[in-house]
Amino acid sequence: MTVSAPHALLWRISLLAMLLIGLALSQPTIAQSDPDKEAGFAVPAVDADIWRQVRSGETDANYRDTRAESTYNLVNASGETWRQWRNRWVSPYGLIVLGGMLAMIALFYFIFGRKELEEPRTGRKLLRWSVLDRSLHWSVATLFIILALTGLNLLYGKFVFKPLLGDAFWASMISGSKLLHNYLGPVFGILLIIILAKFLKHNLPKKHDWVWFKKGGGLIGKGHADAGFANGGEKVWYWLLATAGLLVIASGLVLDFPNYGQTRDTMQWANIIHAVLALGLTAVAFGHIYIGTLGTEGSIEGMATGYVDETWAKEHHNLWYEEVKDQARDETELASDDAQRHPPDNPAPDRPS
Amino acid sequence: MAQMKFMCDAERCIECNGCVTACKNANEVEWGVQRRRVVTLNDGESDEVSISVACMHCDDAPCMAVCPTDCFYKTDDGIVLHDKDLCIGCGYCLYACPFGAPQFPKENAFGERGKMDKCTFCAGGPADSKEEEYEKYGANRIAEGKLPLCAEMCSTKALLAGDAQTVADIFRQRVVQRGHKDGGWSGNSRADADNLAYDAAQEG
Repeated sequence: MTVSAPHALLWRISLLAMLLIGLALSQPTIAQSDPDKEAGFAVPAVDADIWRQVRSGETDANYRDTRAESTYNLVNASGETWRQWRNRWVSPYGLIVLGGMLAMIALFYFIFGRKELEEPRTGRKLLRWSVLDRSLHWSVATLFIILALTGLNLLYGKFVFKPLLGDAFWASMISGSKLLHNYLGPVFGILLIIILAKFLKHNLPKKHDWVWFKKGGGLIGKGHADAGFANGGEKVWYWLLATAGLLVIASGLVLDFPNYGQTRDTMQWANIIHAVLALGLTAVAFGHIYIGTLGTEGSIEGMATGYVDETWAKEHHNLWYEEVKDQARDETELASDDAQRHPPDNPAPDRPS
Repeated sequence: MAQMKFMCDAERCIECNGCVTACKNANEVEWGVQRRRVVTLNDGESDEVSISVACMHCDDAPCMAVCPTDCFYKTDDGIVLHDKDLCIGCGYCLYACPFGAPQFPKENAFGERGKMDKCTFCAGGPADSKEEEYEKYGANRIAEGKLPLCAEMCSTKALLAGDAQTVADIFRQRVVQRGHKDGGWSGNSRADADNLAYDAAQEG
């Protein structure tokens, strides 16, 4: 049904009239507009103070990011702090600490040389490390070395290997480093906790450890310091791993599992803690490796075969030697035992004594 | 050589998210990654203000400084680009970036983040073919003589992109005229405040 013509006309006239009246009424209002009054209605300023607040990284309560589930603030001010800590302190000083440690060890070796056994070997052996002890030690040691090398590659590799080997090789090298580091890290963590628990009883601090430290561990000169199964130095390494080592693992897990929604700020601090402590432990590990291999005659035998010579035990761990000396066995006896365990068609390999 | 910069005039941004959509569309950005975002301060209050943020292509880019693989590089136009073949997804660029520009498609256990993605100023990235470049980094509008689509499509021209000097000139002209005493916004109290978006030299 259509609207009849007179009605439509009336509509149009009345609409036009209303429009004209409206315009007539509003005209004076525009003409009389008062800037001061208008300013009263104007929105207050988002001023330089607010921008300063934004730049400082502060997040106002009434702040909205259109990206869902985002925890970012508009300006991540702590990112710059993290960058400066990492690039200006951790990176260069890490190199200084590692290089300094290597230099000190080299200097020590050239001045004092290897710590030889003072008495001749007796040829009688004492069991020092069980198969389980040694498996744990070498697993942890291998993982430590892999993690240290891959970690160092993540921190310093781009300065050395990228220009040296070219982008294509460097790409696989660095992504391999990251994968090894991220997947082996938690395995190292679990094994470290097991080995720490297993070796705890040997590493409880004793009164004679203090004397051991005062005598410098007997590393220099002829004097011997009292030591039980573990000497003062070994106990320091143990407790460094039990404190700094566990912190490295904890901070590493924070970085390794971003799926738990930890914030960017948490990961920045975890990264600094992780890098500082891991670099420190790597430097101390240089010392541990030196003393255990090149630095002291007879030490590596214990971790390699499980057995140490009586003379070594007497000179380095006299209190432990007193406890276990009646369990000493002749090395020929041990060798025949070893041969019996292996069937004749698979003869035991010759062991250097 | 030009020094490419973005600049968002917060006095003009109306939080329409057109830039976000334009970017997403021009670059076929993968799911979960948003190279550009609009942030609103004091949302719902009378002094609400919005600003569009993406990679700012810093002169002294923190991402470049902390990247363990050294995958970032700066073009002659001052655009910060990265090589996805070198990226290992460690997340360090995300820790360092002031603007939350670097993003990752995943956030899984064992630091599995996938390859980092960020705004390329619509300048693509290193690849062997055009198809591969588009697949990895999105559009290379700069190579076609065009500016980033986000700024090109901004309805209020709040988001400016281009040579730093040109962008600065446009903004300076806006500032001078914005608070003019015969202008539409004359007497606006915001102009009296310590506000960089208004000409400090104007009277009253």
